[in-house]
Amino acid sequence: MSVNYIPRRFTVIRDRELCINCGCCVRQCSNECHYFSDDGKTVLSQSDACVACHRCVDLCPTRALRIEKYVCDYRENANWTPQYQQEICRQAETGGVLLSGMGTPKPYPVYWDKILLNASQVTNPSIDPLREPMEIRTILGRKPEKLTVEKKGKSTVEMPPQVILETPIMFSAMSFGSISLNAQKSLAMAAKELGTLFNVGEGGLHPDLKPFTDRAVVQVASGRFGVHSDYLNNSKYVEIKIGQGAKPGIGGHLPGEKVSVEVSNARMIPEGSDAISPAPHHDIYSIEDLRQLIWAIKQATGNKKPVSVKIAAVHNIAAIVSGCARAGADIVAIDGFRGGTGAAPVRIRDNVGIPIELALASSDQRLRDEGIRSQISLVAAGSFRCSADIVKAIALGADACYCASAPLIAMGCHMCQTCNTGKCNWGIATQRPELTKRLNPEIMYKRVVNLITAWNHEIKEIMGGMGINSIDSLRGNRLMLRGIGLSEKELEILGIRHAGE
Amino acid sequence: MSITAGIRGYTEVNNEINTEFLSKDKVTVAEVNGQRYLGCALSEGKALEIRGTAGNDLAFCLNGGRIILHGHGQDAVGNTMGGGEIIIHGHAGDALGYGMRDGQIYVRDNVCCRGGIHMKEFRSMKPVLVIGSNAGSFLGEYMAGGTIVLLGLNLKRGEKLFGTHCSSGMHGGKIFVRGAFPKENLSPNIKAVSLSDEDNKELDEYVKKYCRYFDADYDEIMKKPFMKLIPETSRPYANLYTAN
Repeated sequence: MSVNYIPRRFTVIRDRELCINCGCCVRQCSNECHYFSDDGKTVLSQSDACVACHRCVDLCPTRALRIEKYVCDYRENANWTPQYQQEICRQAETGGVLLSGMGTPKPYPVYWDKILLNASQVTNPSIDPLREPMEIRTILGRKPEKLTVEKKGKSTVEMPPQVILETPIMFSAMSFGSISLNAQKSLAMAAKELGTLFNVGEGGLHPDLKPFTDRAVVQVASGRFGVHSDYLNNSKYVEIKIGQGAKPGIGGHLPGEKVSVEVSNARMIPEGSDAISPAPHHDIYSIEDLRQLIWAIKQATGNKKPVSVKIAAVHNIAAIVSGCARAGADIVAIDGFRGGTGAAPVRIRDNVGIPIELALASSDQRLRDEGIRSQISLVAAGSFRCSADIVKAIALGADACYCASAPLIAMGCHMCQTCNTGKCNWGIATQRPELTKRLNPEIMYKRVVNLITAWNHEIKEIMGGMGINSIDSLRGNRLMLRGIGLSEKELEILGIRHAGE
Repeated sequence: MSITAGIRGYTEVNNEINTEFLSKDKVTVAEVNGQRYLGCALSEGKALEIRGTAGNDLAFCLNGGRIILHGHGQDAVGNTMGGGEIIIHGHAGDALGYGMRDGQIYVRDNVCCRGGIHMKEFRSMKPVLVIGSNAGSFLGEYMAGGTIVLLGLNLKRGEKLFGTHCSSGMHGGKIFVRGAFPKENLSPNIKAVSLSDEDNKELDEYVKKYCRYFDADYDEIMKKPFMKLIPETSRPYANLYTAN
């Protein structure tokens, strides 16, 4: 008899008085937690494979189901926590690298929660955004060093390509492969309606998304999946993916099982083959080499597309961002270590990188000190949970923010952190047709639009309270921020004062 | 009339070339001294003839066009090439044909490190890279599809057909090697097998083309036997992970 060294995580509780044995949960659970008993009439559950995705709970017509954390105490030990013991057992069983989905669940400091925003009182008036104009339009791209005008007042400066967004919120890179085509479509449709951009990630562009290319950011990663001249030219801007916050220094690896016919079409690789995109681009070993790829893309697109470089927030990030700016990037996206992912080695996700708040503040300051801040737009990424996080990021120096987890939650994600298994019951992080069809883009895109519209309103409210009517006046305006419970060093890096000062 | 590159910057030269291509299908640029990004994304039906030493990223994202280089190529020739043909009458630098998905590259002499890495095929798209002499380290790293031919012509005493870590992480495609090759430089996942009839037919086509482009002796080349290098498994990293 085999020994199961790891207790289950959750228990499905079925209220027998409410359950009508309709079998809805049986049909919904891809982890096969629910089943009909031998009589074929009574629905039963076994909880071993439950991941707490709540699909059965949310769809149960009589609300008969509830998920509970399974409590099985170990002898108390602050060092050898149950988690470490279980992970060791898992590796002893398989010899494999631990893999998980979404951002780190570890309780690292979230600086957004230690920063407070300002509001106007008496000395300068706050603004009522419902009745007064409030500008959150955001323009990304390299800005000319100075303006020269001819006699009639017309600018004689050749403007580098600019990208106009109606909100500072964009959707971060999620490839078709890591998420379903329906999930990508929902984001594309939402981006179009909101006047913002979605990012196709490094998995190429599926033909179904062609109508949305004027709202698309396309990525070039080391594996070059689906990259060709039309792909680059049919986009709003091109992003060179160097790193990802959830797994700095680690590349992408889409296992062959997830490379379906459709995924293979977008990535332009044979069906069922592994899609390996290692961390190093073997043509980039230096800032000079990065410059070479940036300009190659600019040459291939007739200098019409801004080129972004996406890097993970790591130590010395400010110097790296400065290097990217000097290499000719028009946009630099910094992804903090709490950022999400479809799959990442757990040890990397939970131990490598730094928070976006610190990375953003130090990079913005460095660029200002060097007098090159206007050469690039800074995009912050790595877990924005609400509009206040976005406002704080902009005040720390971000031009715009990439959000992914929040719109996924709007589409049904419950942060069960098992994207890597490809069994997402919400039809998001899966390629199984019976699961992906559960996600209807026509319905889901509206939920995403609602979410961002609500956030836009909230951003305007917060700005109005500060007496600011344009997001440009909020950008890098750290006087609007105060730290709470932060050390001198943390305040110094964030470039903000303590509450009460 | 041909364009003279001289010591002008690449932006100026490339702009001039692109303007010429608006009205012509064939453009010649002479006295090239390392100007970068020549022939970027050149589309089908267009041909660019280059005299001199072409700079880095020659024919990046080549889109079906034809590049004839009378001279040497530097790094990243045919980077992310999507189709067309590049003929190099000389040698080429590092990362030749990085991520190329279709089209053919013929190099008369040798290539440096990381030639043909990330090459991949898709349906009717099958990239081909033919190298006259030998290749540096990491040839065909992460190779996922397509064909590399290594002829080993004019090797000097002690020179090996390819450098270390050949085909590291290769999980698709094939490499045809002519004559003796350094087995110790092959990565663990790679095996050498004999050519099938179909392989021979395919190889024949590439060798004939090579001979035609560079005036080489076909019979002389075919005197030595060829072997085929392929990955033992198309999923070298299938059991690397465990879900947590």
